[in-house]
Amino acid sequence: MTTIVVISGGLSQPSSTKLLADRLAAAVAREVGLRGERPEFRGVELRELAHDITNHLLTGFPAPPLAETITAVRSADAVIAVTPVFSASYSGLFKAFFDILDTDSLDGTPVLIAATGGSARHSLALEYAVRPLLAYLRATVMPTAVFAATGDFGDEDSAATLADRIDRAAGELADALSGTTGRRRIDPFAGPLSFEQLLGAQLGDQPTS
Amino acid sequence: MQFGIFSVGDVTTDPTTGRTPTEAERIKAMVSIALKAEEVGLDVFATGEHHNPPFVPSSPTTMLGYIAARTEKLILSTSTTLITTNDPVKIAEDFAMLQHLADGRVDLMMGRGNTGPVYPWFGQDITKGIELAVENYHLLHRLWTEDVVNWKGQFRTPLQSFTSTPRPLDDVPPFVWHGSIRSPEIAEQAAYYGDGFFANHIFWPTNHFQRLIALYRQRFEHYGHGSADQAIVGLGGQVFMRKNSQDAVREFRPYFDSAPVYGHGPSLEDFSETTPLTVGSPQQVIDRTLTFREHFGDYQRQLFLMDHAGLPLKTVLEQLDILGEEVVPVLRRELDALRPAHVPDAPTHATLVAARFAQAELEAVSR
Repeated sequence: MTTIVVISGGLSQPSSTKLLADRLAAAVAREVGLRGERPEFRGVELRELAHDITNHLLTGFPAPPLAETITAVRSADAVIAVTPVFSASYSGLFKAFFDILDTDSLDGTPVLIAATGGSARHSLALEYAVRPLLAYLRATVMPTAVFAATGDFGDEDSAATLADRIDRAAGELADALSGTTGRRRIDPFAGPLSFEQLLGAQLGDQPTS
Repeated sequence: MQFGIFSVGDVTTDPTTGRTPTEAERIKAMVSIALKAEEVGLDVFATGEHHNPPFVPSSPTTMLGYIAARTEKLILSTSTTLITTNDPVKIAEDFAMLQHLADGRVDLMMGRGNTGPVYPWFGQDITKGIELAVENYHLLHRLWTEDVVNWKGQFRTPLQSFTSTPRPLDDVPPFVWHGSIRSPEIAEQAAYYGDGFFANHIFWPTNHFQRLIALYRQRFEHYGHGSADQAIVGLGGQVFMRKNSQDAVREFRPYFDSAPVYGHGPSLEDFSETTPLTVGSPQQVIDRTLTFREHFGDYQRQLFLMDHAGLPLKTVLEQLDILGEEVVPVLRRELDALRPAHVPDAPTHATLVAARFAQAELEAVSR
């Protein structure tokens, strides 16, 4: 079963960021469906985890609901990550969530990035802030990043181009999903890691006493 | 089963009075706490090692040597000794000296430390933490088990025909624990040598440590030191007690809320649910501690964190009275009754000497 985690960093309720995330998920469902699969979606609203995320930053461990979300992201076949643009970048909460992930959590995971903002003037935040963040985490970021300005939810022409971007990005994610053969995470506990190897790597041939 | 306390040695302002102890007061308080531990029948006192304010214990063997002179039965230990940034030769010498002065009442716990800049301050590279722990401990192990050592590694200057003095008391090195909260490599290391593994699980959830301890037990068996349930496991704990649990919560809450490690984060109630922290009556502490065995199997050493977050000395000593009089005797009885006969106690100098003689006799017979 293909699972896709949809992360929405919107803070207001109702949130246009969540609205965009839902549209992206629907488009991805359709595109993946055309390729003969029915993925399972899991929505993550960071607002609901805001306290747990802060506590994790302070204590170093996640409370159970956050732990479950982190596990879901680690094991997801693909991720849709949507943030509002605040002060020229992703929101602090969105960044804080990625800060607490282990750095290998998204290795090779196809990720569709998207953002909302008051006007199109914020759209490049996806390219200079969100894309490098996910690239650092070694995710495979889709070429099309989807930005929705407030006006895109009204004006017919710009709404149409938003719909085009959503479809194009969803198609890219669906293609990426069909191309992956399942990612392999190295479980450090699965072992057996050999202590002789650890020691041998350090010492090589030792003079004997 | 051994019970004891471990101290971080933090100098923290008492949030209820605004008073900060001096370093001298804190150091003397740690000594008073150790002496109290013996008085109330605990088995172990362990001190941390730190090289930055607000912590005082930078020189563990100096402190433990002083405590050794003023106690009779207490086992003196560390939580932890920095195997990454200390010279293993100096650890070998310092703890062997302490072992002689304390008539064998010494063991120690290896750790990598959690303060990044300590590495560069001591000339090491933090990205080599595991490698340092592996190489340095191997040298320490050899210095204690071989009279003359030739050595060449990647970190320390080489040794030719080197003998670490004094030799360990009765030719039996102090028992070593390896502490880790995160790294499977350290569980593997402890298993390889047949040493103890201490999981200080006080700040993190249970399931994480179950995996770490399960790995240690499984690899302990793999390396032929005994069955998995015979591996030597130690656990942390953190408690605050009053006769009535509401009183305990009321008194401890201000210390919890501004504590250095978890303060200003989750609520005391949430933190108590996800970590072993128990604030309540002695009976609640007993019940909670008994669950550790259910989660991690029969284990050999239970250390409690009692003096931190600015708790005044008087309060800590009261806590130790409750721990020694009302909690530990019950836990000792219950856990001893539950433990199968083939599961050993934590090694002490006496049992290690006996084992050594038994081994020597066996070898003599087979020759």
